[in-house]
Amino acid sequence: MKRYQLGEFEEIVLLTVGILHGNAYGVTIRREIESRLKRNVSVGAMQTALRRMEQKGYLASEKGESTDIRGGRPKLYFTITDLGKKAIAYTRETRNELWNAIPAAILKASNA
Amino acid sequence: MSKDSRRLLPIKLLRWFCKPEYFADIAGDLMEDYYYQVKCSSGRKAKWNLYKDVLLLFRPSMIKSFKGNQKLNSYDMFKHNLIVNWRNLRRNSGYTIINVGGLAIGMTVAMLIGLWIHDELTYNKYHDNYDSIVKLYRKQLWKGEAYANNNHVTATGTLLANDYGEHFEYLAMVRAKVENRVLAFEEKKFTQSGYFMQKDGPHMLTLNMKYGTRDGLNDMNSILLAETTARKLFGEGNPVGEVVRMDARWDLKVTGVYEDLPLNTEFHQATYFAPLDRYLDGWANLDTWKDYNMYVYGQIQAHTNIEGINEAIRDIIADGDDERLAKDHFELFLHPMSEWHLNSDHDDGKLVTSDQMSFIRFYALIGAFVLILACINFVNLSTARSEKRAKEVGVRKSIGSMRIQLIKQFLQESFIVASAALVLSLVLTTMLLPWFNEIAGKSVELLWSSTWFWLSALLFTAITALLAGSYPAMFLSSFSPVRALKGSVKASRFSGISRRGLVIFQFSVSLALIIGTIVVYQQIQFAKNRPVGYLREGLIELRPRSPEYRGNYQALRNEFLKTGVVEEMAEANYSVGSDMGWNNGFDWTGRDEDYDPSFNTIWVTHEYGATVGLEFVEGRDFSRDYPADLSGILLNESALAMMELEKPIGEIVNFNPGWRDARNYTIVGIAKDMVKGSPFEATDPSVIFLSKNDLSWLYIRIKEGVSVGEALPKIEKAFATIIPSAPFDYKFVDDMYDAKFKEEERVGSLAGFFSAVAIIISCLGLFGLSSHVAEQRTKEISIRKILGASTTQLWQMLSEEFVMMVIASCLVAMPVAYYVLNGWLDQYPYRTSISLWIFGAALGAALLASVVTVSYQAIKAALANPTNSLKSE
Repeated sequence: MKRYQLGEFEEIVLLTVGILHGNAYGVTIRREIESRLKRNVSVGAMQTALRRMEQKGYLASEKGESTDIRGGRPKLYFTITDLGKKAIAYTRETRNELWNAIPAAILKASNA
Repeated sequence: MSKDSRRLLPIKLLRWFCKPEYFADIAGDLMEDYYYQVKCSSGRKAKWNLYKDVLLLFRPSMIKSFKGNQKLNSYDMFKHNLIVNWRNLRRNSGYTIINVGGLAIGMTVAMLIGLWIHDELTYNKYHDNYDSIVKLYRKQLWKGEAYANNNHVTATGTLLANDYGEHFEYLAMVRAKVENRVLAFEEKKFTQSGYFMQKDGPHMLTLNMKYGTRDGLNDMNSILLAETTARKLFGEGNPVGEVVRMDARWDLKVTGVYEDLPLNTEFHQATYFAPLDRYLDGWANLDTWKDYNMYVYGQIQAHTNIEGINEAIRDIIADGDDERLAKDHFELFLHPMSEWHLNSDHDDGKLVTSDQMSFIRFYALIGAFVLILACINFVNLSTARSEKRAKEVGVRKSIGSMRIQLIKQFLQESFIVASAALVLSLVLTTMLLPWFNEIAGKSVELLWSSTWFWLSALLFTAITALLAGSYPAMFLSSFSPVRALKGSVKASRFSGISRRGLVIFQFSVSLALIIGTIVVYQQIQFAKNRPVGYLREGLIELRPRSPEYRGNYQALRNEFLKTGVVEEMAEANYSVGSDMGWNNGFDWTGRDEDYDPSFNTIWVTHEYGATVGLEFVEGRDFSRDYPADLSGILLNESALAMMELEKPIGEIVNFNPGWRDARNYTIVGIAKDMVKGSPFEATDPSVIFLSKNDLSWLYIRIKEGVSVGEALPKIEKAFATIIPSAPFDYKFVDDMYDAKFKEEERVGSLAGFFSAVAIIISCLGLFGLSSHVAEQRTKEISIRKILGASTTQLWQMLSEEFVMMVIASCLVAMPVAYYVLNGWLDQYPYRTSISLWIFGAALGAALLASVVTVSYQAIKAALANPTNSLKSE
């Protein structure tokens, strides 16, 4: 089923926007991902993911306050839309189904 | 702490490539991060990271589109422009009509010429093997000059087929002349033109067979018929297997029917193809080195080229066994089909530009000129009326229009006008085509189903629109908004001068064309009024092809005279309308030893002089009262001038033609020169011999005062009683004579048509300009009128400028026209001179046309009530 398509990185970004709840804009999202997942995130990749998901309707954006340090440019806050919530829920559900389908013995063997 | 992003190069870079709707917040994020890093770690590291981030942002999803930074809704703009254009065109409907009408006329002419040229360029393309068909030529040195000729002896073709056949897919000799033969089936008989051809011919020409096969010429007693011929003889249905009788002598079995060859093919006159063996029957064979009466056509093998074959066959005759031919330095070469029609004139053995090709160039030039004239109207009217639109341009510019958008808007308008003109010109062309075909001698059609036609029509419209619209678009869009809104835009002095220049150009072209037309017609008239030396009116020519004709001279003559409508009848061995038949080998007293000129020689019967109406200056006509006249001759004045005899009558002339014994002849009379060939050429010196045998051409003079309608049925009846097997295919000699002017009359009617179009277009433009001027000067005219100016004075004032322009164009047109036309006339030995009155007449015509055009507006303006115009402010 191709109802909700989310790439791995997109999923991470979407979840992070959810974590930051109300304070999700470019800088914070990036830092959050970098600190939680210990991986480098390029602004280009992240912005591309954000804009794509906005176009798909998983995210909504809103212009926020501007600060001096930003050169007078406003922050762009992202929030998850209802569709976005459905999308992560769906993703999680399908993952769980897959997890549940794996025989326990195999998981043990691979862990050993 | 003010964070100025301008100091950060990467941000600038980002602004340059990033989509503008994304730029602001991304740049904000980057700067926030940058200053955070500057605070926490080092500035260098922060900068390094910033560069890295910006570079990694350089990806397709982030880069702005190349089409400009605003997403303009171009469809809406287009729609808006369309509405504005439409309103503007409607508001100035008079100018719109002038523009569309003028352009349509210009495009119609260009389209007609284009179709004509297309027809010329696709000549012979009907044949599938167009690219590989060739015609054999021979180059011969004669008195130090090389001549190229395409007549061959049959032996050449046979030699080529036997020894060099590997180069050719097909090879066919064809009798080098259209043969007019009588084809008869049961009671129906018609004189038909066609060719005698060897059996490969139909394959080579890829005749489109309706019935039968292309192998139809294998048997000597067979014939292939064109569809129309077959229908004429047999009606609908398959005639294969039927038998037609040719010239009342041969029964030929119909072996096939082919689709008529179109008018723009070499063989378009072929209403039948008969086997060459039938033609040669009895009196010649395929291996003679004597008579040069064959064309040799071939289709070269695929993957070979003409140059290679030329190399192989060049010297095959010069190196042959025949000594006499070897001496003549024959060189053979092949001429490809693609060049036959437009490129087959040879001078000194080399290809030169043909008349046909020059005609094409000439007409293309005229077409371009006429189109340019129409474009000039558009340019002139748009720039002249620019003040009207200055306000619009000012407002548009001040609310943010870019110049390119204004240019687009104005160009769009000219595209609309040009498209409307295209539609109108298609209608006009359809209407004019039958008439055009008639005067151009073509069967051109609009190529409705051809993609190429539509593509070129659209391309052509686009070019016209650009040509006509680009200057006004540039000019109008260049106004400075402030000046335009203040109303201080005055058409610059330069634009006024250039406008006048363009009008002068228009009238120069028109005048030159008018002068050309008059000169062409004068030349025709000049030649028509020329004394021809015989009486054309009431003279009938016939060429009966039937064995019954032989030996029946007196019987036929008596039968004709019995009808009471025939004055006299005679025969000759060549037509009075042709200058064929030349011989040298004459000797007379006082002839210079080395002087051996050729004379035009014809043989006639006793009654020839009386029938044709020869005029004698000295001596007498042949007469049956003098039996010795059988060894008498008549000379014409040109021949006498060449012989320089003091007292010619009774002088003895010896004639040794080489193909029979020399004989002595006594000069009996001197006749006036006869114009037999082209009426534009000098007359030929001719010698007329008397013959007691029957000769091929029959002449009948109808009694004066007897109407043709009354005479013809009686003559036909008399003819049918003596020669029932031949059709009564008569021609009037005066019609034949008039036909000699066909080419010139064609040029004349086309020139007349073009000059009419040119003057109409020019006057349309003048009409528009003068109405504009009158409109601009309304106030001035009213004030002048109030102060007491008369209508005449006002009319004069308004017309003066235009009259001056026409006179100025005269100065340009006349020398050019004189030069070109003198060159044209020089090709005719018998030519008129260009007299002064022609220029006067052309100028008068142009002046009249322009004054009438301008006066309408001028008088309208001068008669208007001054209070109306002064009140309205």
